[in-house]
Amino acid sequence: MATNDGGLSLSQQRQRAAFWFLAPMLAALFCVAAWPLLRTIWFSLTNTLLSDLYGGEWIGFDNYLSIRTLESGRVIYRGTLVDPAWWNAVWNTVRFAFVSVFFETLLGLIVALVLNAEFKGRGLVRAAILIPWAIPTIVSAKMWAWMLNDQFGIINDIMLNLGLIGQKIAWTASVDTAMYAVLMVDIWKTTPFMALLILAGLQMVPRDIYEAAKLDGVNPVKVFFKITLPLIRPALAVAIIFRMLDALRIFDLVYVLTPNSAATKIMSVISRENMIDFDKFAYGAAQSTLLFAIIAIFVSLYIWLGKVDLSGEGQK
Amino acid sequence: MKIIKGRALRATATAAMLAVFGAPVSAEELFYVSGAVGNAVENFKTLVKPWEEATGNTVTLVPMPASTTDQFGQYRLWLAAGATDIDLYQTDVIWAPQLADHFVDLTDVAKDLAPTHFPSIIQSQTVNGKLVALPIFTDAPALYYRKDLLEKYGKTPPKTWAELTETAQMIQDAERAEGKADLWGFVWQGNAYEGLTCNALEWIKSFGGGQIVEPDGTISVNNANAVAALETVKGWVGTISPDGVLAYQEEEARGVWQTGNAVFMRNWPYAYGLGNGEDSAVKGLFAVTTLPVGKEGDTSAATLGGWNVAVSKYSTKQDAAISLAMYLAGPEAQKQRAIAESNLPTIIALYDDADIAAAQPIIPQWKDVFLNAVPRPSAPTLGKYNEVSAKFWSAVHSTLSGEGSAAENLELLEVELTDLKGSGW
Amino acid sequence: MTFPGRARNDRAETSYAIVTSFATGTELFKVNYWPKAFNWGNYESVLGGRNFVRSIGNSIFIATTTVVFALFLAVTASYALARVRFRGRGLLLMMILAVSMFPQIAVLAGLFELVRFLGIFNTPYAMIMSYVIFTLPFTVWVLTTFMRDLPVEIEEAAIVDGATPWIIITQVFLPLLWPALVTTGLLAFIGAWNEFLFALTFTSSETTRTVPVAIGLLSGASQQEIPWGPIMAASVIVTVPLIILVLIFQRKIVAGLTAGGVKG
Repeated sequence: MATNDGGLSLSQQRQRAAFWFLAPMLAALFCVAAWPLLRTIWFSLTNTLLSDLYGGEWIGFDNYLSIRTLESGRVIYRGTLVDPAWWNAVWNTVRFAFVSVFFETLLGLIVALVLNAEFKGRGLVRAAILIPWAIPTIVSAKMWAWMLNDQFGIINDIMLNLGLIGQKIAWTASVDTAMYAVLMVDIWKTTPFMALLILAGLQMVPRDIYEAAKLDGVNPVKVFFKITLPLIRPALAVAIIFRMLDALRIFDLVYVLTPNSAATKIMSVISRENMIDFDKFAYGAAQSTLLFAIIAIFVSLYIWLGKVDLSGEGQK
Repeated sequence: MKIIKGRALRATATAAMLAVFGAPVSAEELFYVSGAVGNAVENFKTLVKPWEEATGNTVTLVPMPASTTDQFGQYRLWLAAGATDIDLYQTDVIWAPQLADHFVDLTDVAKDLAPTHFPSIIQSQTVNGKLVALPIFTDAPALYYRKDLLEKYGKTPPKTWAELTETAQMIQDAERAEGKADLWGFVWQGNAYEGLTCNALEWIKSFGGGQIVEPDGTISVNNANAVAALETVKGWVGTISPDGVLAYQEEEARGVWQTGNAVFMRNWPYAYGLGNGEDSAVKGLFAVTTLPVGKEGDTSAATLGGWNVAVSKYSTKQDAAISLAMYLAGPEAQKQRAIAESNLPTIIALYDDADIAAAQPIIPQWKDVFLNAVPRPSAPTLGKYNEVSAKFWSAVHSTLSGEGSAAENLELLEVELTDLKGSGW
Repeated sequence: MTFPGRARNDRAETSYAIVTSFATGTELFKVNYWPKAFNWGNYESVLGGRNFVRSIGNSIFIATTTVVFALFLAVTASYALARVRFRGRGLLLMMILAVSMFPQIAVLAGLFELVRFLGIFNTPYAMIMSYVIFTLPFTVWVLTTFMRDLPVEIEEAAIVDGATPWIIITQVFLPLLWPALVTTGLLAFIGAWNEFLFALTFTSSETTRTVPVAIGLLSGASQQEIPWGPIMAASVIVTVPLIILVLIFQRKIVAGLTAGGVKG
């Protein structure tokens, strides 16, 4: 690199260019992300109605929590933070996220291990497992809704014929199985994605380690736990959190598969319901702000755990 | 012969309409959004053809999904956005108070038409003295039963829910013993959505348990009769009704019914025409009657359904839109709808119409059912109706799926509704 | 093992959709593993209704425009982020990453207001604008990773020749970036093609619906009927092109996904 004063002006020139290169992107992100987010937070502190977006008045944190003491001395708590429906949604979302990510990781790991082995037609298989991921969520939700139907669905028919179940199960209806149905579809859809992330990690493990272990006659199970797993742990951790964030903000699958079931009502569905279906726009905005806050915590976790390279230096 | 008659009729209708609506001024293209489509797209084209010819305007149907809950959310959103792309909305009978601000007042234009309709329906669409929508057809559910099976076992159509339970169980057991493993006694709508509110309102009302929120705004849902009603229904799930009934909307119930796998079904009149279709396994084998009651002396309850047409305040072609609304709510259109789709008219005189009686015998029979129909509590609860309904159907759905007893859930519901009501609806 | 089971499962679903898409009327309510009789009626009714074809057109237009727009902004931005040192670069990258993880619902209220304000409700531009929120951060992030890995020597040579940053991007880097652009573009395209929430919220007439909304809102012959046959036919129509794309570009997609996920 040039080191004289020409270099200095060159670097200045580059920085100025960088600014102009970044400006349009930043402006775009400000318009579609930052500004709407700020407005949502603002709405959550007012009593705005959907039909009158500019008529809201500032009411502070009443949508989140308000405490009023009646003349009789009775204390009344109101707001999202004491709303059982909201906590039910939080619990559903968290449960969904943990269970789905757990199974996706487990199955993804198995698929990735299989794909990491050399066999004929591997490319084709790798392409084939991407198909569920590429199908629009809305389409998979509709297909599964039909397949899971208790009377005319194929799943019940197969399981009945195989003798796995005694009688037809109403997967999406029953409080007990609605969550399983949603989990099943999500796992079906997202395992391939997980498998590919893990596969990328696996492929970074040098082959000769395995060769050496093989020569020493180490049990393959032991090889997996002692060698493979520790080596892919960083990749695994990042993949898990990445998926977790997706799972926490899931919307369309639940909206189409089990729209009104209390057993699967998740945070984004309940907040849209309040904003649009019920006359509680600001209340719904408060709930989506809370969802944002929860996700923000996870993002910080991601950046911290994933040791994301923020210096911009690159790995080399 | 038929064609000629139809054509003559149309010519007369056109002439009459030219007189009523005036000669076409300039052709407008209107957009009409509605949940009813599929064959109804074709039917709708035929339905509005005379009006299009008379006025020179055209109408495009914007189809929406069947679920009334989903439709409402979208409509509210569009109206809030002041969408000019939709001129007319087909609205559910319960929506009027919640969407009134966005619709044009039709009181003056319909001052001659409105009195020919059932007053209770016109009343339901009037908010603060403003007539916000004109009724185009009404709906009241029926108990569908299999004539052939009831005859086979020497049973009569049940008068009480207990009789229904007994008959359904008996036939189901006997038929299954004969190898019909998929046969169920009774199918209805148990999914967690507006339809469950309708079903549950019928059970509770017919057990003498009131109508959730009474017309004066009192919350009445937590009472012994309502508990008894829900406990009875809970007993059906898994015995005479499949467990899956808790996920059924109208179509799923009709699916079981129309493949010949149910003895009884609770459904709206639309299923009558479809059940007599060419590919139906129950064609000609069924009849309808009123829904049963809790005990002798109670009155049968049928939830008042039905659809209306409203003109958007944001429409840029309001004159044409109002003219279309008037046509759709008028006698010609209602008659055609009754014949083609077994929809119940809202114009009193049409129940004595010979053509309708010949094409859809269910309709004249239905006049009394519909006259006694129970409205959902949308009038007293105003803008909060959707939330009331959602809370109600959730409580019922939990009870039926075994999450807590009826008494516990209704007690909790009462507390929630009281909270929601606050100082007043 | 798990894997063969999964494969069977995949096949079962796709073939079942295809079976259903050929069934009509009461036959829809019976369980069939293979179609008893082929009936193109469902395909005809889906494609024959002019609006479904229109929806496909809308989806293609919206997804393509979004991708082109996002890539254009991302190429220059990622050059700045990957190759130029300046203060606050780490913070900026972190913010972009954070935006890519925004829950859509959190910006829905604000975006709705913005769309109304701009008067683009019920136009494709409402979708194009809102899709930027998830396509742009993603493309910037992946392209930055790609660009960082390009050898320094190429750029130095260009600088010595007196090339401006703009020339460096368009003449030197762009040809090298093609594979990365195809990958990120494709992934962003699939994302925009499949998006549902915004498209549901920002469209009102049938002619502006995108494919997922059209399928989600496809409705039956009467108030209470669900048209499973046409829904499945429509699903097959929109899924097959995606599957073909995935099969052709699978290597690139894998590369893009792993760059976005693991390295990022």
